[in-house]
Amino acid sequence: MSKPTALSIGIARGGLEVKQFMRQRESVVFTMLFPLILLAIFGSVFSNSIAEGVTFSQYFVAGMIASGLVNTGFQQLAIMIPMEREFGTLKRLRGTPMPASSYFIGKAILVTLSMLIQVFLLLAAGVAFFGVNLPTGADKWLLLAALLVLGSACSTVLGIAFSNVPKSGRGASAVVSPVVIVLQFFSGVFFIFTDLPHWMQQVAAIFPLKWMTQGARSVFLPDSFATREVAGNWETGRTFAIIAAWLVVGLIWAVRSFKWERD
Amino acid sequence: MSTVISVSGLRKSYGSTHAVDGLDLAIEQGEIFALLGPNGAGKTTTVEILEGFRDRDAGEVKVLGFDPATKGRAGQAWRDRIGIVLQSTADAGDLTVYESVSHFAKYYENSKDPREVIELVGLTEKSDALGRTLSGGQRRRLDVALGIIGSPELIFLDEPTTGFDPEARRAFWQLIRKLRDEGATILLTTHYLDEAEALADRVAVINRGKIIEVSTPALLGGRATSLATISWRDGTELRSEKSANPTQLVNQLSAQFGGEVPELNVKRASLEDIYLEMIGGTHE
Repeated sequence: MSKPTALSIGIARGGLEVKQFMRQRESVVFTMLFPLILLAIFGSVFSNSIAEGVTFSQYFVAGMIASGLVNTGFQQLAIMIPMEREFGTLKRLRGTPMPASSYFIGKAILVTLSMLIQVFLLLAAGVAFFGVNLPTGADKWLLLAALLVLGSACSTVLGIAFSNVPKSGRGASAVVSPVVIVLQFFSGVFFIFTDLPHWMQQVAAIFPLKWMTQGARSVFLPDSFATREVAGNWETGRTFAIIAAWLVVGLIWAVRSFKWERD
Repeated sequence: MSTVISVSGLRKSYGSTHAVDGLDLAIEQGEIFALLGPNGAGKTTTVEILEGFRDRDAGEVKVLGFDPATKGRAGQAWRDRIGIVLQSTADAGDLTVYESVSHFAKYYENSKDPREVIELVGLTEKSDALGRTLSGGQRRRLDVALGIIGSPELIFLDEPTTGFDPEARRAFWQLIRKLRDEGATILLTTHYLDEAEALADRVAVINRGKIIEVSTPALLGGRATSLATISWRDGTELRSEKSANPTQLVNQLSAQFGGEVPELNVKRASLEDIYLEMIGGTHE
C-alpha cells in the first residue's frame, strides 16, 4: 500500500466530516435553514425601501451572507470541536499517525461546502421570494468570490482558535452562540449599520463581521449606496486588510492554543 | 526476544504530587503485560507517557526503540507501528462500523483489510450499524478494531472489558490472545484481577508511582508458597485453618471423619488477595 499523505488523509477526513454533518439532522436544520427563516421574517416585516432602488431585503441578504461565513466557520467549529474533545474523538486521532494538518484540512472542506450551500440557499430564496437582485458584472462576482474565500478562511481559523474557550462540549453552544448573535446586531446584519449608535459602530469595527457585512454590501448594493456608508465609500481595501489581519491572528492563536484533550 | 518497552527512572509530577516517582519497567516482544494498581497510583500517567500523550519530567523511555516524546514526522512513523485503545469513547456515532474502520485504515501504511478486522472483533453483523446504536460491549470491540487496523506491533489496552458480561469478556480475551499469537505485544491496564490472571504472561503492580513487583500472575507476591486455607464442618461448627502443608491436614481430617470430610474447601490466596495485601488495602 502506498504511503498516505497529509493531503490524501485530509481529503478523506473532509468526506467523512461532510457525511457525519449530513446525518446530524438538527445541525443541518439549524445551520442551513435558520438563516432562511430569518430572511423570511425580516423580509416580510421590513418590506420598505431604504434608498433609491435598495430594498431592506437586499440589504439584509448581504448581511446574512456575511453571517453565513461566521455561522459555517466560526460558530460551527467552535461548537463542534469542544464536543469532539469531550467525546474523545481528538484524543483517538492523536494516537494515530494522522497528521494534525489532515484534521484541519477536513474541517476546512466541511466549512467550505456548508458555506457554499448556505450562500446558494440565501441567494436562491432571496431571488425567488424577496425580489433580491443578483450582482451584474464580472467584477462584482469576482469581489464576492474573493470575499467568500478570505472571509471563510478567517472564520475557520477563528473557530478553531475559539474552540479552546468553552470548558465543555455540552456548554459550547451557550458560550459561542451569544458571541455570534451580539456581533450580528453590532455589525449591521439585522439593522442598517449607519442607524446604529456611534459607540456600537466603533466596537463592531474591531471585529471582522462588520467588514464582511460591508464587503457583501459592496457586492449586492448599487455603488450609489456607497455614499451612505460611514466612510462615504465601500473601503474595499481596508475591508480585505482587516479580514486578512484577523486571519493571521486566528492562525497564530489556533496553532498556539489547540488542545487534543480536555484538561 | 527483544525489549519493546524500556523505562528507567521515569518521573512526572503535577504540582507537588509525584504521580510517577522513579519507575523502571521492561516489556518483551510478544508478551501480554498487565499493569495493575489502585486509582491514583500513577498507572494512567505512565501509560500516557508511553503512548506519547504526556511529557515526562525525567527518565529514559524507549517504545519500539523510539522516544514517545518525539514530535513531527518521526513521531508519525512511530505511531504507524502502535495501536491505542483508550478508555470509553463515544465518538463517531453517526458513522457505521465499516465506515469508521475503513476510514482509519487510510491513516496507516500497512493497514489490514477492514472487513477482516471487523470479522476478527466479531462485529460483522453490525458492519452497517451506526456507532450510536451499538451496545457497550460492541462499542468496545469497535474501539479495538480501530486500534488494530494499522497492524500494530504494540497495542495499548486501557480497561478493555469494563461493562462486559462474562461471556463477552471471555470472547474478548480470546481476541486479545489471538492478536498476541499473531506477534503483537500487548500492554494491558485493568482493574479486574481475574482478567490479569487469565490473560497476562507477566503482571506489574504499581503503587505511589513506583513498581512494587513484576512477576507472573501465579508467582506474584509469593502466592505459590503462601499458606492455604482449609475449611470444613465439624458438627455444627464451621472450622478453618491455615497451613503450609494442606494435603497432610486433609489426610488427617479424612482419617478423622472416616473418608469424606464435610464441606471441605482448600483455598490458595487469589491474585486479588495478594494484590490487596501488596498495595496495603484491607480485604473483607
